[in-house]
Amino acid sequence: MRLILTSLFFICLFGCNKSQTEDVINFDEEASQESGGTLTNAMIGEPNNLIAMIAGDGASSAIAGQIFNSLLKYDENLEFEGDLAKSWEVSEDYKTIKFNLKTQKKWSDDQPITCKDVLFTWKAVTHPDTRTPYGSDYQLVSSAECINDYQFIAKYNEPYAPALETWASLHILPEHLLKDEDINNTFFSLNPVGSNYFALDSWVTGQQLKLKANPNAIHGKPLIENKVSRIIPDLSSQFMELIAGNIDLMSINPIQYSRVFPNRSELNNKINLYKEMGNGYTYFGFNLNKKPFDDINIRKAISYAIDRQEIIDGVLLGLGEEITSPYKPGTYWENKNIKKLSFNPQKAKELLEKSGYHLNNNIYEKDGIPLSFEILTNQNKQREMTAVLIQRRLQDIGIDVSIRVIEWASFVNRFIKTGEFQAVVLGWSLSLDPDQYSIWHSSQQGPGQFNFIGYSNKTVDDLLEKGRRELNKEKRKAIYDEFSSILYEDQPIVYLYAGYGLSAIHKKIKGVKKLSPPAGIYHNDYEWFVPTKFRRNEMSL
Amino acid sequence: MLKYLLKRILWMIPMLIGISLISFFIMHLAPGDITSNESAFNPKASEESRQKLREMYNLDKPILVQYGLWLKRIAKLDFGNSFASHQRPVLWQEKDKNGNIKPGLIQKALPITLLINLLTIFLIFSISIVLGTIAAIRKNKIPDRLITLFVFVGFAIPGFWLALLLMYSLGVSNQILPISGLHSIGYEQMSPITQFIDMLKHLILPVFISCLSGLAGISLYVRNGMIEILNQDFIKTARAKGLYEKKVIFVHTLKNALLPLITILGLSIPGLIGGSVIAESIFAIPGMGKLFYDAVLMRDFPVVMGILTIGSILTLLGNLIADLAYAWADPRIRRGLSK
Repeated sequence: MRLILTSLFFICLFGCNKSQTEDVINFDEEASQESGGTLTNAMIGEPNNLIAMIAGDGASSAIAGQIFNSLLKYDENLEFEGDLAKSWEVSEDYKTIKFNLKTQKKWSDDQPITCKDVLFTWKAVTHPDTRTPYGSDYQLVSSAECINDYQFIAKYNEPYAPALETWASLHILPEHLLKDEDINNTFFSLNPVGSNYFALDSWVTGQQLKLKANPNAIHGKPLIENKVSRIIPDLSSQFMELIAGNIDLMSINPIQYSRVFPNRSELNNKINLYKEMGNGYTYFGFNLNKKPFDDINIRKAISYAIDRQEIIDGVLLGLGEEITSPYKPGTYWENKNIKKLSFNPQKAKELLEKSGYHLNNNIYEKDGIPLSFEILTNQNKQREMTAVLIQRRLQDIGIDVSIRVIEWASFVNRFIKTGEFQAVVLGWSLSLDPDQYSIWHSSQQGPGQFNFIGYSNKTVDDLLEKGRRELNKEKRKAIYDEFSSILYEDQPIVYLYAGYGLSAIHKKIKGVKKLSPPAGIYHNDYEWFVPTKFRRNEMSL
Repeated sequence: MLKYLLKRILWMIPMLIGISLISFFIMHLAPGDITSNESAFNPKASEESRQKLREMYNLDKPILVQYGLWLKRIAKLDFGNSFASHQRPVLWQEKDKNGNIKPGLIQKALPITLLINLLTIFLIFSISIVLGTIAAIRKNKIPDRLITLFVFVGFAIPGFWLALLLMYSLGVSNQILPISGLHSIGYEQMSPITQFIDMLKHLILPVFISCLSGLAGISLYVRNGMIEILNQDFIKTARAKGLYEKKVIFVHTLKNALLPLITILGLSIPGLIGGSVIAESIFAIPGMGKLFYDAVLMRDFPVVMGILTIGSILTLLGNLIADLAYAWADPRIRRGLSK
């Protein structure tokens, strides 16, 4: 809100104020690739710990991801490719994975990278004393061993389809620096040694973190020489730093994307905007253990009564998409054959009446009990606005809805964990692996587990178990297609929208792909560069 | 006098225990703990591993036991380590076996906040005394009205809003001042003088914004105190004696009117270590306000308790210092004390 107000105010107050008479530089000029230069960006929070398995925050993983490699990674089309591994083989029974590591690769301190490091990392993440929330995936590995310096074998008791994905998200750590350290509390977490494109150069607590190109980078040195991440908690301040040219890129919000930029031609001369599918979706979920949400007709009626396009237009200014399965639109796992439920209040009323409800004073009721409930959401502007639009649409057809907005920790502990809620507006991330076991399997309903809405469907349980054991891609696709159509038929949640990720990047940064690949705009940032003529005074760097 | 001082200091111990007990319980009344925030909705993080974390932090123990453990540590002046995954010490840096230094959270944040707050308080008091004096002399005339209007506008204007406007006009449209942060990029390579100027430039906007809201209170104190004293008999006597008006105002009136300010100054000592969350977020200043706010949201209990304890010690000390300073400045009170 603060941002809307101020952005509007700026347009009014300074809109006609000619900004200073700087030399107009044509940033659109093409330039040939060259290395060197600095990229400056901003983060809202400071990384806690650059060992990603210990840290839980986004800032940490963003920085750690530029310093460390995993065994595998995703290529630009979201297929697996080798990172530290040169190749990998999955056995016939799906229970053994053998990784052949790249040889002759070195850590940034010139020590060789070998299988010992991989084995050490696996032991660390599964060790009972390690303070990691991510151990459970790796504990499924029954034994792991090194055949020689460059061959790593992981054996599973049961086939585990998401296994490759888990090896793509585990940063391999250097054994020689950490074997005598307490991984939970080591100075290494503030001063890491890695193998990826960048290495930590300096870190001024609370202010900024500087990375420099790693000469030993396993995929070769990146073009950009330095990356500075400034810590600026306030997004409006970040935006001002962006338009003043002090930071080179940031994620922006729909208002900045479609209201501020189109009205400010001088900004468009120096900043490019990019739009791509985001990484999460927002849904309207029911507590299926409570009446009346155990009735599928009620859930469907509510789904028909909500105008999803209206929410996308109102909340995201049109910068989002409707989804019908919990997978990223446009990716392999999306089920494109599901027919969307469209906005249809008449049909909603029919369904309510079929369940025995009738109108009384414009509110539906059954056995004298009016159809009314409370929507719960956390302090998130977009979710709050979404809840308001849903409230209005449901009121239109005769359902009495109230809204309650709660601080995050209280929301999780007081309501979600205890099951003391009726309906929620919340979000899930759109995962790259199709496995959704922890969210939809009926066994995952305990306190603190993720099927807190209480969904249980025998067929879905079977499919989710089958999907975890199947490693053949086509067969897996068939399983998850069936899963997502049953889920859509059941409507345990109403999918609302998946918002676009919006980025603003200064035009002096060259090499950014105009059409972002499925893996996202930042996927090829090692190929980005700043032509010498556009570099700001970097003498001091 | 010495007996009085000793009594006051001894009284602080039970008070501190009471304050910490109440803060500890209130903090634990809020639902959730550190484990529910860092990975509450990450499907890759299992509930068992969160339970494991809770045991490691003793969060599964009864609250009285947790308080006992905390008190035991604090008695040894050990403020503990943060629950966040960096596990930095709350108060002061610690060295690991290889001689690497992990800086303390309060140690890093406090100097910045102190610097800003000292500058702010100094400016607020000096500007307020000038404004209040002018307003009192020209009571109910145009200067008085203008000053009152100005200080109240400053008080009422939302700080974040004005901050953003100033950042835009002085940092973006006309690039005179830096927008946010404490240092420019490349600060380490500057000469000491340029470093000082660079830092000063970064502090202008935050200090200005923090000052603005404080002017109203203090300048009105000065104004009203002055007016009250100007009406007293001894001022009439002074004027009747034929003293210069300057001497009447600055020696006889102002000196007396400033006495109550000592109390206010004492009471602002605990405020010295508390930063403003909004200003610190907008200007990207890593100070105490942001540290405390984030710790509360994360339920990072050692950090919250550390800041609260230091804050309460300073509050109690501030009260004591204010009382002593008052006695030192005003003979009437001094005589009352020794009785």
